[in-house]
Amino acid sequence: MTFETEFAREPVAPAPRARSIFRRRTTRVIPGLPLTLGYTLFYLSALVLLPLAALALKAAQMSPAEFIRVISDPVVTASLRLTFFASTTAALINAVFGLIVAWVLVRYDFPFRRLFDAIIDFPFALPTAVAGLTFASLFLKDGWLGGLGPRVVAGVNALAGWLGAGPLLNPTALDWLTFPYTGQTAGIVIVLVFVGLPFVVRTVQPVLLEWDPEYETAARSLGASPLTVFRRVIFPEILPAWVSGVALSFARAVGEYGSVIFIAANIPGKSQIAPLQIVTRLDDFQYAQAAAIGVVLLAISLLVLLVINGLESFSRRHERAAV
Amino acid sequence: MAGAPIAKTVLTSARPAPPAHPAVRATLIVLAVSFLTIFILLPLINVFVQAFAKGWEGYLAVFWPPSPPEGATLTAVQTRKLAEAAVQTSRTWSAIGLTLQVAAIVVPLNIVFGLAAAWATTKFQFRGRALLLSLIDLPFSVSPVVAGLVFVLLLGRNGIFGDWATHLTWPDPFSLRWVGFENGFPLAFARDFTGVIFTPLAIVLASIFVTFPFVARSLTPLMESQGAEEELAALSLGASGWRTFWKITVPNVKWALLYGVILCTARAFGEFGAVSVVSGHVDVNDTMPLRIEKLWNEYNNQAAFTVASVLALLAVFTLIAKTAIEWKTARDLQQQHQGQAQ
Repeated sequence: MTFETEFAREPVAPAPRARSIFRRRTTRVIPGLPLTLGYTLFYLSALVLLPLAALALKAAQMSPAEFIRVISDPVVTASLRLTFFASTTAALINAVFGLIVAWVLVRYDFPFRRLFDAIIDFPFALPTAVAGLTFASLFLKDGWLGGLGPRVVAGVNALAGWLGAGPLLNPTALDWLTFPYTGQTAGIVIVLVFVGLPFVVRTVQPVLLEWDPEYETAARSLGASPLTVFRRVIFPEILPAWVSGVALSFARAVGEYGSVIFIAANIPGKSQIAPLQIVTRLDDFQYAQAAAIGVVLLAISLLVLLVINGLESFSRRHERAAV
Repeated sequence: MAGAPIAKTVLTSARPAPPAHPAVRATLIVLAVSFLTIFILLPLINVFVQAFAKGWEGYLAVFWPPSPPEGATLTAVQTRKLAEAAVQTSRTWSAIGLTLQVAAIVVPLNIVFGLAAAWATTKFQFRGRALLLSLIDLPFSVSPVVAGLVFVLLLGRNGIFGDWATHLTWPDPFSLRWVGFENGFPLAFARDFTGVIFTPLAIVLASIFVTFPFVARSLTPLMESQGAEEELAALSLGASGWRTFWKITVPNVKWALLYGVILCTARAFGEFGAVSVVSGHVDVNDTMPLRIEKLWNEYNNQAAFTVASVLALLAVFTLIAKTAIEWKTARDLQQQHQGQAQ
């Protein structure tokens, strides 16, 4: 217990007498607890807990058999599978690149390092609709990445012609560069990588900043190779933060809606993510079905949250044990 | 994330560590920089390039339709095109207006809540405090679509309070007009809404839900580390609670508060999923992100990107402000440490 909290609960209360049960038994020095706590609880209950309870209630009104029937509808399972697959893939890509980015930003100096550090948070600040819009247009046939194919082919063939050889590449050789637009899942994965990008970097970065390189120097002087040092000395240290960053980016991806619907073809049973299934059901006034899918999504995110909390308390205990 | 204490991510100069092999170093830097370029810089630049695809005139035409040359006689096609452009721009303006109105209600409400919640959870210890803190964080882990869904299930036609909510009539606070003294009171609402879901009120509720934790979460780490010593000193010198709050607490946390407000505003402007669910896809309920979607679906790419560029500019401003506040907080902390060392 800290200094100020001891003060806040100043034990000057008179011994409670039988007749004074309605009197305040403790005097707090800092005022405002009833007001602020009351307001907090009211606001929280009215705007967050009550609506969430409505979701639980709506789902509870269904019988278990009905719930399972809704969830096992092929279109719903396909959307849940797609959401799960795309989110996992995006989280794994972020796991690898997020670690590299965090490492590079902390360890190495290079031009525009501060700029690159600042733009990491951009996916948090940019509205998801704008993200979806710009990624979708990048991979259109005339977009920068999608339209790169024909331009590169033309350039290579012009060069070959100038050198006296025949055309080297088939005109359609690089058309696969529009892949996120033609192959649906790739596009979904790409925007999910974008929205989840900051989580891994921003959880690993502080740990790397706090890390004392002396251990590394010691390990190196004992003859360990750099890779061994990373694997045996540094990696165990950043592992909890890294895992919770990956979990956060996964949780974010599972619920993502705005950016995905711009780039996916949104064909039911093929390229519809689970949140879009909810919207579709709502548009058809199938409220119970929408609630059932919503409960599944909510359960996944709460589960991830629990895992992260468990990891945090584990690493805190671990730290204390080490000290 | 907003929950992370500010000033944690400020980069100090790279720490001296055993030097890496130059090839490894170069490979990793190239990997990281190309990843960030492809996934962040390129999409961002693309927004502005697409928005200016038809030059400045095309950009401005999204907001102000070109007026016909004076005295010229217009063909029927030209007249229709002008009328269409006028309708489109008026929809865009209505989306901008609604977005500003929603933010103007949501942000102050969340500031008051954030201050109250931070005060209650950091100045006092009580049972269930940890649970309360996790509950405040809860909206961060709820999908935006689910955030919209819960309000439809609560207040929609078949919702729990559906009967009451669908017949609720409420005045549009932004339609307050001066009507003169003929009818007694000089101010009156020019417009009423009926129902909650598929009206701007639902958009406000959904926006509050998704922006709920920002202010509270940016205040709590700082207020927790500051403790209550200064407030106790002020109170013991006879200052009232309110005076202590305004003269001690608010100045102490002003940068964290600003940080939370900026994040909250950015999210309120940009929220898509939750708002989309409760808006009913009606034109009058369009916020800027919903307007972007409609323009994109109408194959009006340049106009979609023009509206998007306004939001992207806001996001860039958010990042600049965030970075500036982080540097400022880091410098303040450093000065504090130096002061303590002397």
